[in-house]
Formats: sequence, C-alpha cells, structure tokens
Amino acid sequence: MDLQSSETLQITCEEDLVRVRQATRARAVLLGLSLVNLTKIVTAASELARNTLTFGGGGTAIVATVHNGDRPGLRLIFEDHGPGITDIELAMKDGYTGGKGLGLGLGGSKRLVNEFEISSRVGEGTRVSITRWK
Amino acid sequence: MGLESNSKLVEVLGEKGRVSLNDWKEAQWAAIKIRREPITEEELYREASDFMSLFQQAVKEAFLSDIRDPVWLKMREMLSALSISRARRGFTPTEMATFVLSFKQPLFEALKQAHGTDSGALLSDVWMTTVLLDKLGLYCVEEYQKTREAIISRQQKDLLELSTPVVQLWPGVLTLPLIGTLDSERTQLVMERLLQKIVDTGSQIAIIDITGVPTVDTLVAQHLMKTIAAAHLMGAECFLSGISPQIAQTVVHLGVKFGDIVTKATLADAFGLALKRIGLVVIKKSGE
Ligand SMILES: Nc1ncnc2c1ncn2[C@@H]1O[C@H](COP(=O)(O)OP(=O)(O)OP(=O)(O)O)[C@@H](O)[C@H]1O
Ligand SMILES: [Mg+2]
Repeated sequence: MDLQSSETLQITCEEDLVRVRQATRARAVLLGLSLVNLTKIVTAASELARNTLTFGGGGTAIVATVHNGDRPGLRLIFEDHGPGITDIELAMKDGYTGGKGLGLGLGGSKRLVNEFEISSRVGEGTRVSITRWK
Repeated sequence: MGLESNSKLVEVLGEKGRVSLNDWKEAQWAAIKIRREPITEEELYREASDFMSLFQQAVKEAFLSDIRDPVWLKMREMLSALSISRARRGFTPTEMATFVLSFKQPLFEALKQAHGTDSGALLSDVWMTTVLLDKLGLYCVEEYQKTREAIISRQQKDLLELSTPVVQLWPGVLTLPLIGTLDSERTQLVMERLLQKIVDTGSQIAIIDITGVPTVDTLVAQHLMKTIAAAHLMGAECFLSGISPQIAQTVVHLGVKFGDIVTKATLADAFGLALKRIGLVVIKKSGE
C-alpha cells in the first residue's frame, strides 16, 4: 500500500476529518507504531484537522512517512489560508479557546507527538507540522 | 480553440462517417466480459451509441475544447449518469475512464483514413480530439469519485445510526454502547436520545460505553462531559466505561480532565457498580 511516501488530503467538511484520521491510522499501522503511539498521533491529527476546518475555513493535510537516519516516523502537515492566529502563545495555552471548545487541541497535540511546529500569519493562514517517531 | 479549416472531424463523425461503433463496443465488451460484470452487450452498445451521437452533435454545433461550455451540457449529463450507475455497480475508476478513452482508437483510425497523406491536418485533428477526450475521461473519473464518496459517507452515517441503541440492562440501569466516529452532528442526537430515555424510563443510572470508539479527542470528550452533566441535573448518574489503556494515556496527555466522573475499564465493571448503587447484590446460588 505504501507506494508513495506522502499523500495530500483536502479538509472541507466533517467527513474529511474521518478520512484524515483513517489515512493517519493506516500509515501508522504500516510503519508499525505501537498502539499507544498510533492512538496518540491519530488523536493529534483529529485535533489539528478540526482546527483547520473550524478556524481555518478548510485546507489540506499532508500525511507522510519520513526518516531520521534509519528511524522512520510519521509526519503530518496541516495548512490553511484562513484568518491566521494573532497570538500563538495564547492559542497554545491550555484552556484558551477562541470558539466553544475546551481549548486543549493545540497544547494537547503538542504533548502527543515528538515534534510540533506552528507558524501563522494574520490574514494569510496557519501551518502546523507534527512528527511522531517510531 | 476551434477546428482547422481542413479538419475532417465532422465528416468522419457524420452520417456516412467511418467511425466504427461496433468495433468500439466490441473492444469495450472484451475488456469487461472477462470480469462478467452485470452489464449486457446491448446496454454497452446503447451507451456507446449515445456517447457517439452526443459527441457528434457537440462537435457539429461548435468544436469547443472547454467541456464546461453549454455545448457539452448533454454530454456531461450523460457521462455523469453513467458514472453514477457504474460506481454503484462496482466498476473501477479505470474501467470508467476507459469507456471514454477507448473511443480514441476507432476515431483516430477513421481520421487517418479520411486524411490520407495530409499528415499535418491529421495531426491537428488527433491533437484536438485527444485533448477533448482526455478531459471527458477525467470528468467521468471525477463524477465516479463523487458517487463513491457519497456512498462511503452514507455508509458511515448509517453505521453510526445503527450502532447507537440505548439498551436497558436492568430496570433503572441504561447503557449506551457507542461504536465508531463520535464527532459528527449525530453525536448530539445520540446523546439527546440517551437523556430522553433516562426521562422515559426513570432510570437512575446510565452507562456510556466507549469500547468501540477508536478516537477520543477534545470534541468527543466535551460531548461526553456535557451529556454526563445533563444526566446529573436530571437526577441520574452516568458512568463511563470501556476506556482502553491507549485511550486513557492519550486523554491524559491531551489534558482532558474527566473530574469526578466515574470511569470503569469495562462495561461489566460498570454494571457491577450500577447494581450496587441501586442496592442489589449478585449472589451465587448455593450448591452450584
Ligand atoms: N488553523 C487555525 N486558524 C485560526 N485560528 C486557529 C487555528 N487553530 C487554532 N486556532 C485558534 O486557537 C485557539 C485554540 O485552539 P485549540 O485547538 O487549542 O482549542 P479549541 O479548538 O478552541 O478547542 P478544542 O481543540 O479543545 O476543542 C482556537 O480556539 C482558535 O481561536
Ligand atoms: Mg481545537
């Protein structure tokens, strides 16, 4: 199944969130991630994909297999051209929500993965990249 | 982009045209017959002939390579209907695209004969039609894909709907075994149904079992907590069961705090506790 090292998925509706989770799960299984690590990255994917949809007004998810030396990992990149985040530090804080959520998505995702990078420009969009090594 | 003045396209597609509908149909039939798809040779012939006459009409009216143009409306409608029916019958996307793309062979053959030695004119006609047929082929695949996605998302919805009955385990004890994706609009309905059932049955205890839920993210957690809080307000107690070790760890990292909500590893544990709460004890019959 793993013919390509990455795939790009559109995020435009609720059902797309299911697809992002499924693609993440499938690739994590292929990589042989443990059940705990698989559950962690799928959950982080769910959080970030939903942020992309709800706050970013939709966007894309790239699900990719990456290597650090001979250590394989799973990288996900979420990108949107929405309003962007004014104060990233505040957005990352547990309990802060600009909507009606618990405000745990960004901070929680960061704790669920090995690498977490976020960049955002007001009026231009947001990009979040996460990696979980095997 | 229009046709060159020395184009023979309209001619080969015309009344006395040389494009062999039968050859085309035969080639398609041969490709499909191997798999014994539920399609008859007559059906295929009819579809091929519909396609060809719509193609003729559009080309005669005005050769436009933009298939979104109204000239192609009837063709798009026909291909869209065809894609839907083939997607439902389980044809592959390749087979769907082949329907259109395989038209190239008989068409090019006819153009070759009509143009004779004028290879410049032939090339121009071939190029124009190949661009066009590729677009129509891609259009079919897109339509096919839309249908498949609609089928999948409907199945997902069906599954969610099917898998959320509220079950009475004992008078006064309800359970809601959740299975599958929880974050769609349906979650709200499912939770409301549980609350309604609590009222209808006057139950004191409800167990929400999430054994079958693969992902518990912040939204799912929020739905669960809201439902449990609402049940409390109605005077019932809610237990959460079926939390696997991996979900427990993930939820902790996520930072979700279930507070004083009673959680149990299995539905059996939760049921045992429920019986205790309503003042019942299970005892083994002596001598057995
Ligand atoms: N892609 C994005 N574009 C614009 N704003 C965003 C984006 N992602 C997050 N935000 C902002 O950051 C805030 C915090 O995000 P976070 O995911 O941590 O919490 P939440 O989505 O509000 O709630 P939860 O994820 O717990 O359900 C959001 O409420 C939103 O205001
Ligand atoms: Mg969020």
